[in-house]
Amino acid sequence: MFDLWLQLLILLPFATAAIVLTLGRFPNIREALSLGAGVMLIGIALWVYSNMGEMALVSIVWAEPVPGLSLSFKLDELGMLFILVATVLWPITTLYAIGYMRAHNEPRQTTFFAWFAIAIGSTLAIALAANLFTLFVFYEVLTLSTYPLVTHGRDEAAKKGGRTYLMILLGTSITFLLPAIIGTWVMAGSLDFKEGGVFAADASVVQISVLLALFVVGIGKAAIMPFHRWLPAAMVAPTPVSALLHAVAVVKAGAFAMLKVCALIFGLDLLALLPASTWLAYLAALSIVIASVIALREDNLKRRLAYSTIGQLNYITLGALLATSSAFVGSAMHIAMHAFAKITLFFCAGAILVVSHKTRVSELTGLGRRMPLTMIAFFIGSLGIVGVPPTGGTWSKWYLLMGTLDSGQWVLAIALMLSSLLSIVYLLAIPVRAFLPTGSETEAGWIPERMSPMLLAILLTSIATITLFFFPQTVFELASAIVPAGGGHGR
Amino acid sequence: MLQLPILQVLLPLLAAPVCLAFNKEALAWLIAIAAAIGATITSVMLLVMVMQGGPISYHMGGWPALIGIEYRIDVLSAWLLVIVSTLGAVMLVPARACAIREIEPSQRVYFFVTYLLCLAALLGIISSGDLFNIFVFLEISALSSYILIAMGKDRMALVASIRYLVLGTIGATFILIGIGLLYSKTGTLNIKDLSLQLREVEGSRTVLTAFCFLAIGTMLKLALFPLHVWLPNAYTYAPSIVSAFLAATATKTALYLLIRLCYSVFGETLQDGVLPLEEVLLALGILGIFAGSLMAAAQTNLKRMFAYSSVAQIGFMVLGLGLASAAGLTATLIHIFNHALMKGALFLALAGLVYRIGDVRLSDMAGLGRAMPLTFAAIVIGGLSLIGVPLTAGFISKWYLVQATLEQDMWWLTVVILLGSLLTGLYIFRVIEAAWFRDSGTKQVSEAPLIILLPTWLLVGANIYFGLDASLSISVSEAAAMYLMGTSP
Repeated sequence: MFDLWLQLLILLPFATAAIVLTLGRFPNIREALSLGAGVMLIGIALWVYSNMGEMALVSIVWAEPVPGLSLSFKLDELGMLFILVATVLWPITTLYAIGYMRAHNEPRQTTFFAWFAIAIGSTLAIALAANLFTLFVFYEVLTLSTYPLVTHGRDEAAKKGGRTYLMILLGTSITFLLPAIIGTWVMAGSLDFKEGGVFAADASVVQISVLLALFVVGIGKAAIMPFHRWLPAAMVAPTPVSALLHAVAVVKAGAFAMLKVCALIFGLDLLALLPASTWLAYLAALSIVIASVIALREDNLKRRLAYSTIGQLNYITLGALLATSSAFVGSAMHIAMHAFAKITLFFCAGAILVVSHKTRVSELTGLGRRMPLTMIAFFIGSLGIVGVPPTGGTWSKWYLLMGTLDSGQWVLAIALMLSSLLSIVYLLAIPVRAFLPTGSETEAGWIPERMSPMLLAILLTSIATITLFFFPQTVFELASAIVPAGGGHGR
Repeated sequence: MLQLPILQVLLPLLAAPVCLAFNKEALAWLIAIAAAIGATITSVMLLVMVMQGGPISYHMGGWPALIGIEYRIDVLSAWLLVIVSTLGAVMLVPARACAIREIEPSQRVYFFVTYLLCLAALLGIISSGDLFNIFVFLEISALSSYILIAMGKDRMALVASIRYLVLGTIGATFILIGIGLLYSKTGTLNIKDLSLQLREVEGSRTVLTAFCFLAIGTMLKLALFPLHVWLPNAYTYAPSIVSAFLAATATKTALYLLIRLCYSVFGETLQDGVLPLEEVLLALGILGIFAGSLMAAAQTNLKRMFAYSSVAQIGFMVLGLGLASAAGLTATLIHIFNHALMKGALFLALAGLVYRIGDVRLSDMAGLGRAMPLTFAAIVIGGLSLIGVPLTAGFISKWYLVQATLEQDMWWLTVVILLGSLLTGLYIFRVIEAAWFRDSGTKQVSEAPLIILLPTWLLVGANIYFGLDASLSISVSEAAAMYLMGTSP
């Protein structure tokens, strides 16, 4: 019985995609169905969460193409965290997308919603993957299913962005990730996620270090530099895609894979011993600082947000590689905290585009008068990324910082703080600028913002960002379950 | 039961003149299908029998082996028989619809007759246990494929056919010289007897020369880089169903012959590195993978693109052969099967395109992804299988090939294989991009007819099925590899 619910988590989005495709001529029914499926999925996810004890015991095998390589699924706490984040944000984004796509009169909306559902289905399959093979399969399905979404515009820019997107994501996964997986298979004889890692105690340090490096650069969706360019390229996509997929599902699938590999393939104890993990953590820190500096100079709003995402993803990678328990908990919590804050920012960017047709930061002066609620939400989202109260981002950043200090890596701690400072400048400057007077006398007075599905979605996610500050327990418990008992710092 | 091992050759061979006698197009089509299905059933029964009871020997006309001709079915030949006859039968289903579009009315009956002769000859090569008999069938298959290719609509088909004829004849001559040398040294042409006799004359230069002639002749038939020059034009200008048929069966048969020569005929003679065979095969395989993939990526005609892709895929198969291990051989045999499935699906999808729009240039694909979704979905899935994406049959081939290279600590070969996959992705992506970007403009195109779509999707389904549950292809290929390695340890 329990295995049915877990499989439903994956199958429901795929089924939705199939049905949506047949409903092309009835946009209202099509979108009601997308929304309904999303709400149902939240229900299932909550049901799974409330029965985690039993659910975690179930293991599902779909196919075993080659002996030892199986397509199988198993629930764990980290996966549950990712599932909750993805399922909660899907219907909200659908709501937003309905408003956005209609306001923009976008063509090909049916295939848009169908591919969207497939992407979510693969994300949930990644969250439930019981071994590296399954994870790899759905990681690739996710890349391929988001390609039509990125290139939705079908113009030259979309084509070019799509090429970069596909080339970097597929390129890194075939040239680095796949050899890493094959190497793991050869060295450990197993690809199953296992507490404490799969490698034998006497395995060669050099070989393991090489594998770790291959994993870290091969999981291209976690956007470590210099393999980050696909993310800004993906910004040619319609904003709902950038919001859910390139702030939550796709990039967090990368971060999630990174956490899984670090904790359950290598094991935190082994990772702490490897000199290579420190070097790679430095690479991640470098990526964080560079991404922040680029974000500072980027005038296009969505691209600025993309570079901010690159920085934040590398926080997660860094925390995972440090392998201290508080850094790891911080990383895992950051999956959820960053998701809510960043999706709010993207929602706002899309709303600004729809209302004012403005894409550049420098054009936003005075927009706060026309869109006060949106800009306040943007302010809250920015606080969440910077990591100050009253937003959920506070907690994950706190644990990450504690983790770097625990490991005695002063340089890394300084990098984290520097990047937080930079993010104050490049993010908080935007709402501040929006509320500045324009100087022209024509735009006097406040114009009340009209309620729309888009605004509703923005309000929901920004309220969630604040709520996570006051009630982070669920996130903390799920994030810390994977860390060896006694290692976690109390709050 | 007693006559079973010859039925798969006899059925299409006898059906050919019957078709000619009736001289009715529709009837010829039905007879051809019936004969091919009969051959398929026979092949499957043979495979089951061989898997259970070991090799079957059949003596033509009751004459004992060294006097008469022996047909010898072991796991390897039974496996190839199943592959070739099944694909041969599947391709016949849409053959009539395609023939109506692409072949002159007066030639359509001859088309089915020649097709059957070619199928019979290919099955004959695989079944026969006699080297000269194999040569005869090789020539029948070659002559009939020259005719089939020349039936193409484009006048260039004639040039392609002549080119293939010239090169094919050179290959055949090499093979004949090789057979002659062997006969002069051993006085026998029966493969089993030959392998015994060759042990006696170990170290003979004549024997090594014979092997070189045979191997090079076979490589030409196999279109192994750099002896592939006949293949791209032949596949491009042949009627689409002929491209599909040849791509799925003919090169596989040539590869079978190479495996047979290396393991069953020469076997021990080639031990101890008297010839740098492994090195040559590995080098040619790698060159084939890169040259084929790069050339494929540069093409603007889809048929030619997939023809070059075949050159690359043959490289993968020969690479496995060059590893000279049971694992490598298994990978090659798995890939023979899987490649037949994927190229069959891809070329059938192209046949559907030719049926609707008459051409397969990349520039004509604009916006067709929307107009012919099922055909293009088939191309996408076939393409993914070609790349070796997990959950498709192609992944199983690549996985076994990679395992075989790792078993011998050849990391750099693993990298070569992965890079080859990446290059494959490059040209598949070009097709997808062409089909979905840019709008088709004003022209109205509808989906390919059901009679082409059904067999296409049958093969697409097989690509997925054998990617999810590959126990059949793995177990048979392993058994065949073990058998071959066992006969020549």
